[in-house]
Amino acid sequence: MVLVYSDDPKLIAELLNKASDLAKQLQKKVIAVTIGSEQHAKDYIEHGADVVIIAQTTQQQFKAEEYTSILLSILKEHSNEIVLIGSNKNGKELASRLAARLDAGCVIDATNILLKDKKVTTERVVYSGNAIAVEQFFGSPQIITIPPRVFDPLPKNPNHKGEIIKKTVDVEQSASKIIKVQEMKSEGVNVEDAQIIVSCGRGFKKKEDIRLVSELADVLKGRTVGCSRPIAADLKWLSEDHWIGLSGHKVKPKLYVACGISGQIQHIAGMRDSGVIVAINKDPEALIFKSADYGIVGDLYEVLPKLTSAIKEKIG
Amino acid sequence: MNIILCAKQVVDVAEIKIDPATKKPVLAGVPQKISDMDKNALEEAIKIKEKHGGKITVVTVGAPDAKERMRELLAMGADEGVLLTQPPQTDYHMIAHLLAGAIKKIGSYDIILCGEASIDMFSGQIGPRLAGLLNIPQITYAQQITVEPTKVVSEKNLGEKSVTMESPFPVLLTVTKESNQPRLPSLMAILASSNKPIHEWSTTDIVSQTLQPKVQTLDVKGIPMQRKNIIFQDDLDQSVGKLVNELAKVGVLR
Ligand SMILES: Cc1cc2nc3c(=O)[nH]c(=O)nc-3n(C[C@H](O)[C@H](O)[C@H](O)COP(=O)(O)OP(=O)(O)OC[C@H]3O[C@@H](n4cnc5c(N)ncnc54)[C@H](O)[C@@H]3O)c2cc1C
Ligand SMILES: Cc1cc2nc3c(=O)[nH]c(=O)nc-3n(C[C@H](O)[C@H](O)[C@H](O)COP(=O)(O)OP(=O)(O)OC[C@H]3O[C@@H](n4cnc5c(N)ncnc54)[C@H](O)[C@@H]3O)c2cc1C
Repeated sequence: MVLVYSDDPKLIAELLNKASDLAKQLQKKVIAVTIGSEQHAKDYIEHGADVVIIAQTTQQQFKAEEYTSILLSILKEHSNEIVLIGSNKNGKELASRLAARLDAGCVIDATNILLKDKKVTTERVVYSGNAIAVEQFFGSPQIITIPPRVFDPLPKNPNHKGEIIKKTVDVEQSASKIIKVQEMKSEGVNVEDAQIIVSCGRGFKKKEDIRLVSELADVLKGRTVGCSRPIAADLKWLSEDHWIGLSGHKVKPKLYVACGISGQIQHIAGMRDSGVIVAINKDPEALIFKSADYGIVGDLYEVLPKLTSAIKEKIG
Repeated sequence: MNIILCAKQVVDVAEIKIDPATKKPVLAGVPQKISDMDKNALEEAIKIKEKHGGKITVVTVGAPDAKERMRELLAMGADEGVLLTQPPQTDYHMIAHLLAGAIKKIGSYDIILCGEASIDMFSGQIGPRLAGLLNIPQITYAQQITVEPTKVVSEKNLGEKSVTMESPFPVLLTVTKESNQPRLPSLMAILASSNKPIHEWSTTDIVSQTLQPKVQTLDVKGIPMQRKNIIFQDDLDQSVGKLVNELAKVGVLR
């Protein structure tokens, strides 16, 4: 079997595409697992699951120890060769702990899965975006986490039939406790889906000046502002949903404009798949120019207002 | 408080050059360092020790030259080091078993600290794997860690949410880059660190079973990044005009 799990229904739909593809080649079935909720079970079948297991548990909030024990008890009954888990922060720690409990191999953040000589083989980005490692599994199960938007969901097929199984699971309780859950300040931006992104870095002297970036984003009809790590993590001028890079969001807009960003490899790792990359930096030696299609060497405080009005004029 | 820090020696990714012909990263000659977040983890360990007393032991699975880098951690404030020689072929499964074996041999521990991920491979598997093997609670992406005599309270940063968790000992935490600014050791501390012990253990001392990798690296491919690199740097008005024309031509202005 190929088992699919994520706490994000959108991600499950994407994973089911790859799972169905692998299952077809290996002549296996696809099982989707949901914990607690019955809500999307039907959708998962239409997206390609042959079986949906609804784990019924009193366990509401995510704790890796307890979710691991739930998946372990499901895996005990359904021998699964391949386990695909959605790669968000919860998914990664769950997959890793599960792998340890099963003495299994695990690859985090795979961007491709293929069968090579009938062996499961993955690709993933390593060395901060400098290279792709090709990994192959020995033995099973093989545990793989996949980030959002690597695969598209299959269109829903209302004729695809599947079985829904409700299963009560005993959870081995963790000694840890969740004492508070707090929503973080968020401006509700979704850089991952944006078609046009204008980003700012430490080249900006103060928070108010980010206005220059929003204004350019507005005339480009993109309206999406991104930023480098220091702007979100250290200075906290923007919320973390704007943060692009290795430890932030990975984006692939049609146009990415980097303003006052030096172009360190960890920033590039988040935006290298962009269509057209434009850089504005006062330092002609800045690394960002090596990763850019077009660049202007100059002070962003002069360049941005001019660029904004020139584009406004051009587009009308 | 007995604190164990898992620290990895990594290649300094910022120094990696790409071979223009093969497009593969050239790793030979790239300087090695302790992974950034492992220093954040050590900083947390030192703060805990300052408050509650105890001992900080650094465990590394790595090449023999990792000893030099471990000295830096001893200078920062760790008390002792344990270096396990890395087998020629490894994967996360093996590294986690080796670390778990070393930790069991060390014996008593209250808190195990790891980085949230290493800067070279960046997968963050080792922490949760280790917690799984030892069957203890894990708090990943930890920041704002507070240790009390019988428990740890920490925020876990999930980006859109922050979850505050509490756990009795023993517990494993993985520490984020944002949690603190690691201290720089003083010259005195650097000199004194040469008297602190680094034990070298062979892997056969640690694990009885023969460890085999579950995942094998077949290839490390380059990532082609073909960009036009057209840079305007003359008169600003002209530069802006040229850029806008180019952007219109490639169809991103509509
Ligand atoms: C493990 C790890 C993970 C990381 N993850 C990320 C990540 O996800 N995302 C990320 O962005 N970074 C990440 N980083 C940090 C990264 O290495 C860089 O430190 C960071 O990207 C630098 O941000 P910056 O370009 O805004 O600032 P700086 O490097 O300080 O660059 C500022 C730039 O602005 C230019 N400038 C200054 N004034 C002006 C002006 N008036 N006009 C025009 N240009 C000007 C300067 O020439 C300079 O190039 C990570 C680092 C590590 C170690
Ligand atoms: C290009 C390449 C790709 C690889 N891909 C995989 C793969 O997909 N799957 C796989 O199973 N193996 C893989 N390996 C094998 C290799 O064993 C791992 O890279 C390595 O064991 C540690 O992984 P990491 O740096 O990602 O650790 P992470 O899990 O990201 O590290 C997190 C934390 O764990 C601790 N830690 C990690 N390693 C050590 C150590 N050696 N000693 C002490 N503490 C440590 C540190 O606290 C660190 O901050 C790969 C190797 C290479 C060269």
